[in-house]
Amino acid sequence: MRMTGAEALIKSLEKEGVEVIFGYPGGVVLPIYDALYDNKKIRHVLVRHEQCAGHAADAYARATGKVGVCLVTSGPGATNLVTGIANAWMDSVPIVAITGQVATHVIGTDAFQEADITGITMPITKHNYLVKDVNQLPSTVKQAFLLAKTGRPGPVLIDLPVDISKAEIDFKYPEDASIPGYKPTYKGHMKQIKEAAKLLVQAEKPIIYAGGGIIKSEAWDELRQLAELVQIPVTTTLMGKGAFPDDHPLSLRMLGMHGTRYANYAIMDSDLIFAVGVRFDDRVTGKISTFAPHATIIHVDIDPAEISKNIPAHLPIVGDAKIVLKDLVAEIKKGKTPHSDKTRWHELIASWKKKYPLHYHQDGAIRPEYVVETINKLTKDMDVIVTTGVGQNQMWAAQFYSANKPRSFISSGGLGTMGFGLPAAIGAQIGRPDAVVIDIDGDGSIQMVSQELATVAANKLPIIIAILNNGYLGMVRQWQELFYKKRYSQVDLNVGTPDFVKLAEAYGIKGVRVTDIGDVSKILKKAIKDRKPILIDFMVAREENVFPMVAPGASIDEMLGGIPGASLSQMIDEEEEEVGSEAHLISSSGK
Amino acid sequence: MKHILSVLVENKPGVLARVSGLFSRRGFNIESLAVGPTEDPNISRMTIVIDADDLKLEQITKQLHKLVNVLKISDLDPKDSVERELVLIKVNAPPDKRAEVVETANIFRANIIDVSKTTLTIEITGTATKIQALEDLLRPYGIKELVRTGKIALARGKLAET
Ligand SMILES: Cc1cc2nc3c(=O)[nH]c(=O)nc-3n(C[C@H](O)[C@H](O)[C@H](O)COP(=O)(O)OP(=O)(O)OC[C@H]3O[C@@H](n4cnc5c(N)ncnc54)[C@H](O)[C@@H]3O)c2cc1C
Ligand SMILES: Cc1ncc(C[n+]2csc(CCOP(=O)(O)OP(=O)(O)O)c2C)c(N)n1
Repeated sequence: MRMTGAEALIKSLEKEGVEVIFGYPGGVVLPIYDALYDNKKIRHVLVRHEQCAGHAADAYARATGKVGVCLVTSGPGATNLVTGIANAWMDSVPIVAITGQVATHVIGTDAFQEADITGITMPITKHNYLVKDVNQLPSTVKQAFLLAKTGRPGPVLIDLPVDISKAEIDFKYPEDASIPGYKPTYKGHMKQIKEAAKLLVQAEKPIIYAGGGIIKSEAWDELRQLAELVQIPVTTTLMGKGAFPDDHPLSLRMLGMHGTRYANYAIMDSDLIFAVGVRFDDRVTGKISTFAPHATIIHVDIDPAEISKNIPAHLPIVGDAKIVLKDLVAEIKKGKTPHSDKTRWHELIASWKKKYPLHYHQDGAIRPEYVVETINKLTKDMDVIVTTGVGQNQMWAAQFYSANKPRSFISSGGLGTMGFGLPAAIGAQIGRPDAVVIDIDGDGSIQMVSQELATVAANKLPIIIAILNNGYLGMVRQWQELFYKKRYSQVDLNVGTPDFVKLAEAYGIKGVRVTDIGDVSKILKKAIKDRKPILIDFMVAREENVFPMVAPGASIDEMLGGIPGASLSQMIDEEEEEVGSEAHLISSSGK
Repeated sequence: MKHILSVLVENKPGVLARVSGLFSRRGFNIESLAVGPTEDPNISRMTIVIDADDLKLEQITKQLHKLVNVLKISDLDPKDSVERELVLIKVNAPPDKRAEVVETANIFRANIIDVSKTTLTIEITGTATKIQALEDLLRPYGIKELVRTGKIALARGKLAET
């Protein structure tokens, strides 16, 4: 069929099953927007800043498991999108980003709105393409989707010059893509898997450390089978929240810098770590040289480059988590090796759980933890998606919201992009219209993207925006309190921050301010029931801190705070000899 | 330790930038890099010399493999490969020294490829040690300019590349 490049692009997207594009128009993408104008199959969501097209596509992908698509113009449109792409890159999220480009014959001349976006995004894409021949457009789209969603997922960018969009082509969509240099490994090596099975059942203090890779490979059932079969406690990363139910008796919840004390103690004390779909990020390992000194490490990852990148693995298994876990469970079920007695290990963990539960001070003020806990209680059995800003709000959400299902917690982990929460909620809600989507955000984070309230309003998205408003760049303030002698440099947001209720109303969205702890539950309950866009401005205790906390550079069992009943000067666990030198800096504020 | 990586890549625009960019952003130093098409015009070979310990080498290789345009990587073992580099040296050679310089070049079976009143330009191919030796001998005369292609290498005949 004869058509223009722009039409061929849209047809190709249809062939890939794309249902929605997050985008923003401009000069060189006019032919594409024209092709979209009377398209019936693909919905276009107009964001109000290109960065948010990236984040929305990213969260759409995380919420649905499909590839997210965004479309922007050349030059400033493309450079605005860079943060969105970098975010998807760091968290391995499959998105296809389409950027317009100036006409091929003026590329390289500093033409109007020209930016070398393939050059700029080389380090933050799995691959990118500059299409110079319209006949290669369909196969390029085919390849881009294949690369984005297979193997270790990630963003792929297609840069499309305007003359290519206008050129004519006989459209035929290829059946499959041939990419000679690309062959991900899915099946794990059986010899390694057999060895892993043996080590797992024999270990006395095993732990499973599971992450984003479980969600990417949809391996949550297999993970649960393994844990239950061998009775191994499971800790998840921030990215792995939802890969294993937080409320499961074997769950240790999140580990790492702001993880639970019991997760961090358990991994440090373990004799075997089964790491799956994780990348040993520094927020998790703390000081590398002291990490899990007694443990044998089995590392399952689809990306060979992740294995032994930060911490050497004793038993590497390259493969897809789902396939490897299936084989592993089958191998263990053969029952060749007798299981060790893990009673003492479970008792030890139970005692840590009892001694060091996640908790906060309850004194009548609205503690941010309380808000998250209430959200958690009220949404227990619903289809919920929580998105977050970055900072304290994000960590409280991770600690006090129990993700019991996959794809129910969406947060910016690797890049830590303030402003992710609201566009992520938009992408998630559009991908899963029936889910209750709650953006738990910070007053600083949301100000980076508050223009997206327009997108919420325009699309009547029933998102609940819950701002934990402390009037500070809270996480930075916390570090200044703990490590910079309370010298609060440039973190006070009280002056200049808009009245969020009025701001919401200016966009035609309902806004409510909550200043009384007695109203928290009531207002949230109504918001969940109403199914209408709402912004709730929770005025929380200003100088609340996130605990436990591993000081930067410390070993992960050297945590500040998180001991119930301990006074602030006793924030360090008296049982641990190795106390961080930061301890004396902790002042009596906060709680 | 020095390693010679022989990397087959698709001969497409931007591939060199992808490879060199990967090295710099991951903090790997390239000692030399030579690139050109192979017997198949769609495929280029990059010969990359790096100084890296085993762990680092493993990480470099794995990261390189992730580039979609990279087809194959071999870490050439010096024992089982042949390597060459070509160097052009413009050296001071006033009339009274000229014969000595020519003599030195001849010993190394190097070619004189350009002559002026005061200089000679010498072309030498060979292994790093041979080139170094000539360079050392010519230095006292005053080397005015020097350019090297970077090492190129292939696995020896009977051992098919792995
Ligand atoms: C303020 C702040 C504080 C933070 N604090 C913490 C903290 O306390 N604890 C914490 O855990 N994180 C924390 N993070 C997040 C942290 O920075 C990392 O993003 C996170 O730890 C990485 O999670 P992950 O290891 O699961 O890897 P991901 O980034 O999710 O990567 C997934 C891994 O799985 C692999 N994979 C992908 N697909 C498959 C497949 N099909 N099969 C097998 N493997 C696959 C990938 O190759 C990769 O190695 C924090 C972030 C911020 C912004
Ligand atoms: C785009 C961006 N800029 C700066 C930072 C550094 N940073 C991390 S947390 C934080 C403070 C976040 O403040 P807020 O959104 O109000 O959340 P709170 O910590 O108070 O919950 C800052 C500035 C960042 N992560 N992202």
